[in-house]
Amino acid sequence: MAKNDVKLLGAWPSPFVLRVRVALNIKSVKYEFLEETMAPKSELLLQSNPVYKKIPVLIHGDKPICESQVIVQYIDEAWASGPSILPSDPCDRAIHRFWALYLDETWFPTMKGLLAVQGEERKPLMDQLSEGIVLLEEAFGKCSKGKAFFGGDGIGFLDIVFGCFLGWLRVSEKITGLKLLDEAKTPRLVKWAESFCADAAVKGIMPETDKLLEFARALAAKMREAPPKN
Amino acid sequence: MAEEVLVFGAWGSPFSRRVEMALKLKGIEYKYIEEDLTNKSPSLLKYNPVHKKIPVLVHNGKPVAESLVILEYIDETWKDHPILPKDPYERANARFWAKFIDEKCLSAIFKACWGACWGEEKEHEKAEIEHEKAVKEVSELLQFLENELKEKRYFGGETVGLLDIAANTIGYWLGVFEEASGVELLTREKFPKLCNWANEFVCVTAIKENLPPRDKLIAYFRNRFGAGNASK
Repeated sequence: MAKNDVKLLGAWPSPFVLRVRVALNIKSVKYEFLEETMAPKSELLLQSNPVYKKIPVLIHGDKPICESQVIVQYIDEAWASGPSILPSDPCDRAIHRFWALYLDETWFPTMKGLLAVQGEERKPLMDQLSEGIVLLEEAFGKCSKGKAFFGGDGIGFLDIVFGCFLGWLRVSEKITGLKLLDEAKTPRLVKWAESFCADAAVKGIMPETDKLLEFARALAAKMREAPPKN
Repeated sequence: MAEEVLVFGAWGSPFSRRVEMALKLKGIEYKYIEEDLTNKSPSLLKYNPVHKKIPVLVHNGKPVAESLVILEYIDETWKDHPILPKDPYERANARFWAKFIDEKCLSAIFKACWGACWGEEKEHEKAEIEHEKAVKEVSELLQFLENELKEKRYFGGETVGLLDIAANTIGYWLGVFEEASGVELLTREKFPKLCNWANEFVCVTAIKENLPPRDKLIAYFRNRFGAGNASK
């Protein structure tokens, strides 16, 4: 398929965009990456995602697909001949989807909250994130069935959804000086994180923690100056 | 093989009703367990320790939580009367809009119906402005769904699909919220397609049999949230 049949509207710091890139890599799909500055948002972005006006947007042919988890599942189904991203068993699929929802609706919003506050306000949020990590360590034990990833031998849906948060997880650890992934408490996830970041589909596109940290600090400064939004 | 399907739900919840609607559509027998959400059963806490919420589907002892996750599980496990289309793009579309309904619509609807009553600003003028904003937001959201329906009978096409089931909050509960709070949101003049769809939706047997009694639901919401935001 010609490279420009698949376009991805994204931005390098976004963990959600990273998910789509990892999924496309797993399927060996060539695509054109259109970096969005987000200020202002491009016409193409506003047209292809009128509901949320957010990245990532995958444009396949002329069809836009939005929302990273929806996009990753689409990639899995549209390029069915490549390695599978969702597991084949409905029970396992449900488990991956459940934790994926938990990460996006509960866990990551707490992390965003953490990055927006200062000093002492951070500790309770960090604790909440830690509790979540412990749940995920348990889930990993059940999902991986002794293998390297939530998806088994290869990266699966939950690996992508969670793994793409690792950059921001490391930023949170640096900012607070507290650990989320810990050899003592979450040994399996520590090993998993290494395997995920070293995987061919991820290496080379995972943003460096220091770059993300710089970006986070600049963003926080901008938000402190800006007038409150609705 | 003897199959055991349990559904933990609450009579007034659109989320647990979704699960029942899907099972009914596929002709799957199940045992329903009504949960008292003020006094959750040990079973519920065991099957959904992370969120401690309904609905939970338990299939041969294995729990599945989160209504949209459950709907996909049901579709993948019982192949009769599929609720998701085969085409990957159409599937993505259904998933996108189902998520949209849950993430954006319900909270916006609540705000429009009861928002200012909860807020700290009881000053009439401020509350009025907030209320108008909230109603406008719901209007914009409903417009997206109106446009998505196009000329289809159901969101799923000729038959009820996952998106129709997910839209039960719009197809039935929205009308209940409107009546309980006195706020008009889904008007026929603005949203003729959506109104037609809602009428068709509630007539489908598998759906109709799983709608909680309207009066009881209205009374419940009035009781819980007050008389609502209608211009006083």
